Amino acid sequence: MRLNFSLSKWQFIAFATGFCLSLPLLFLIFESFQPDKEVFEHLKQTVLWDYTFNTIVLIFGVCLLSCVIALPLAWLCAYSDFPGKKHFEWALMLPLAMPTYIIAYIYTDLFDYAGPIQSWLRAVFGWQSPSDYWFFDIRTLGGAIVMIALVLYPYLFLIFKTALKEQSYKLVQASQVMGYSPVKSFFKVSIPLGRGAIAAALALISMESMADFATVNYFAVSTLTTAVYDTWLGYYSLTAAAKISGIMLLFLFVVIGVEKFSRRNQAVFERGASENNGPLYYLSGKSAWLATAYCALILFAGFVLPILILMSYAVSYFSEAFNSDAFLYAWQSLKIALIVSFVCVALSVLVNFYQRSSLSRWAGVPGKVASTGYALPGTVLAIAVLLPLTALDQQLNIFAESTQWFAEPGLLFSGSIFALMFAYVVRFYAISQGAIESSYARISPSLDMASHSMGVSAGNTLRRVHMPLLKRGMLTAGLIVFIECMKELPAALLLRPFDFETLATYVFQYVSDEQLELASVSALFIVLVGLIPLYLVNNTMEAKASHE
Amino acid sequence: MKKAIALLALLAAGEVAAKDVVNIYSYRQGFLIEPILQEFTKETGIETKVVFAKKGLIEKLKKEGKYTKADMVLTSNFSALLQLEDEGLVQPIKSNVIEKNVPKQFRDDEGNWVALTKRVRNVYSSKERVGKLDTLTYEDLAKPEYKGKICMRSGKHPYNLGLVASMIAHHGEAEARAWLKGLKANLARKPQGNDRAQVKAVKEGLCDVALGNSYYFGKMLNDPKQVPWAESVYINFPNQQDRGSHINVSGAVLTKHGKNTTNALKLIEFMTDNKAQSMYASVNMEYPVKTDVEVSELVASWGKFKEDALPLTKVSEYRPLALKLIDEVKFDL
Repeated sequence: MRLNFSLSKWQFIAFATGFCLSLPLLFLIFESFQPDKEVFEHLKQTVLWDYTFNTIVLIFGVCLLSCVIALPLAWLCAYSDFPGKKHFEWALMLPLAMPTYIIAYIYTDLFDYAGPIQSWLRAVFGWQSPSDYWFFDIRTLGGAIVMIALVLYPYLFLIFKTALKEQSYKLVQASQVMGYSPVKSFFKVSIPLGRGAIAAALALISMESMADFATVNYFAVSTLTTAVYDTWLGYYSLTAAAKISGIMLLFLFVVIGVEKFSRRNQAVFERGASENNGPLYYLSGKSAWLATAYCALILFAGFVLPILILMSYAVSYFSEAFNSDAFLYAWQSLKIALIVSFVCVALSVLVNFYQRSSLSRWAGVPGKVASTGYALPGTVLAIAVLLPLTALDQQLNIFAESTQWFAEPGLLFSGSIFALMFAYVVRFYAISQGAIESSYARISPSLDMASHSMGVSAGNTLRRVHMPLLKRGMLTAGLIVFIECMKELPAALLLRPFDFETLATYVFQYVSDEQLELASVSALFIVLVGLIPLYLVNNTMEAKASHE
Repeated sequence: MKKAIALLALLAAGEVAAKDVVNIYSYRQGFLIEPILQEFTKETGIETKVVFAKKGLIEKLKKEGKYTKADMVLTSNFSALLQLEDEGLVQPIKSNVIEKNVPKQFRDDEGNWVALTKRVRNVYSSKERVGKLDTLTYEDLAKPEYKGKICMRSGKHPYNLGLVASMIAHHGEAEARAWLKGLKANLARKPQGNDRAQVKAVKEGLCDVALGNSYYFGKMLNDPKQVPWAESVYINFPNQQDRGSHINVSGAVLTKHGKNTTNALKLIEFMTDNKAQSMYASVNMEYPVKTDVEVSELVASWGKFKEDALPLTKVSEYRPLALKLIDEVKFDL
């Protein structure tokens, strides 16, 4: 049941957003239909299927491992009590602030033949050379899956946990009354009810893994993303690269399709969040400590250990690694991340509001279309963003030249941080769209009807009815976008103006030379700056919870 | 919000080029060229601004067209120089100073590009298990005696592409393909890591020989952690009995639409002159292109060697084919 507010303004905003954010992709698709001197043919005959296979394995692997890690964690934190839970609830989000390329670098060092672990094993067992024993190789597809899942599982943890908390406790309580064990309740009640949230999170995780470049490149695993790079920068064929991006888009549509399918026939409207008081399951004895140990293990692997190693780098290379530049870059990164997360959240609230209120069959289109940028690898996105922006700049300059109304502005859009911010909005809009969408799905339409019947305008309904209920989703979305912006690398490398570095680009100079130690302080900064909003959001949530 | 963004964009774009500045797109890490740029600013008062990226700068330049802010591009390999030229993104470098400083084979006849430093594609061998390889050729690396003993970085890296292209130039496509297949069969592990990581792997006993550029040998000696890696290998110059070792160059071009061409030209001149050339030689352990500049003591200690005299322009004609062959034999997979 949908309502018919007067929506022309909202419709315009939604479609304009969809149009603007999909522009880079449209330009790229256009590019992919150009002739490409048979490069694509050649790839098809040689390596393309290997790449595609690796990409599929990577996506499935990361999704599966994320589920294994995050679903139990989210459920434990939402419904039960165990030692340290209060801290774990926010601490388990921390790995999200770790750039994957840094974690990959650190673990490679750790598990390397010359690393501390293998050296110790050799010392203990008296082995002399690599042929004396077997040890797993981290620089493999499997290794990449573990690294990426360690950094991405918090998506699923956060979104599923939020969904569980917004689910009605009554259902879980009912399952308790009916004699369901916690495990059965988890599988029979929580997971089916949280299906939409899980699918939304896995869609994000899939796209994020598909677009990862730094890690798979470092591990020498060839995926479609690395193929896009090779083709474009090796074969000099943007057209063939665009064609490969086309394959990735197909993947994306599959992912979105699966997500939609998983939400079919699902309409669970709850206002139950505020009735939540206290855990439903009090774990005791062994099971409580097991829960604690599991949380601690994941936290240790995904965050504590890498941070400790980074700190040890920072201490031993302090004189080289500590300089005032890091502060400047931190400030620049922070600024961009703040603006981008604000824009993403604002736009996705507007788009979702229209999507919800409109009767049109096309109402869902803008949000979907605007989310497509997420699957593009950063470098491709950077070029895709440059296509429309440089065209716009050219036109602007021609216009200035012919009218003489103002001085020629040069590369006003493509040559400034506007390009970078635009690229980030295009890339990360999907995150806020997903989070807001699943929050909206839990607001009962009867509220809209009540609001409408009282003659409240659409704008006021959004402001006074929806926004307070969406607060948690908006915070979550803003937070994740913020952290992603702090970490983002490939697009920043290409789109930053002269004399402008983000922390990530600065750190990367050294990572690319396999000398992360020299930039360890800045790498720590990336993580720390990501922690601030995490802390703030957590506090707001806590305050809200206690207030209720 | 939108106003704020517009304002920000205006602010960012409003930084009109200062009087004395040169804007550089660089494929070389900032810290490699920083000392030279600082010296340049000290002498001329011209400020330098750098955007460093490993990938995509040429494409960016192309898209920016005539409004680009970049005045020059520094590349770390020869293919990039030629690509810039092919895409019509350069203007001729006309300077008597440069013509005097740089030998003919290291600059384009029309002045579309100029090389600044040379580096060799060496073979490193384990002191312990292999010893010095004075008569080694690149061709030998495909022989069965090296089965499971070779480490190298991705075949698609410009340094390796250059080598494969030179193999095609000397032996033709079919023979180069066979060589590549043989080399792949001899790899101890999937191509991965950078040149230094290969030497580290030799130190660890994962392989016995590794391909790598010459200057890494010097750089490893500057990092306490890496000294043991370097000390575990000999540096060998392949093909000394026949055509000589494969060399690649780093270089510079003037962009076609730069706004500070005069300053950029000054910088390129400076980079080909004694001071910068010897800085390159000592700081980056590369071979200067200017013939009368001494290499650093350390580099000199590796001995004199014969360079492959085949013109680089000839070699890079085969670069596209080299890439195709690497995909064909699935070298990296």
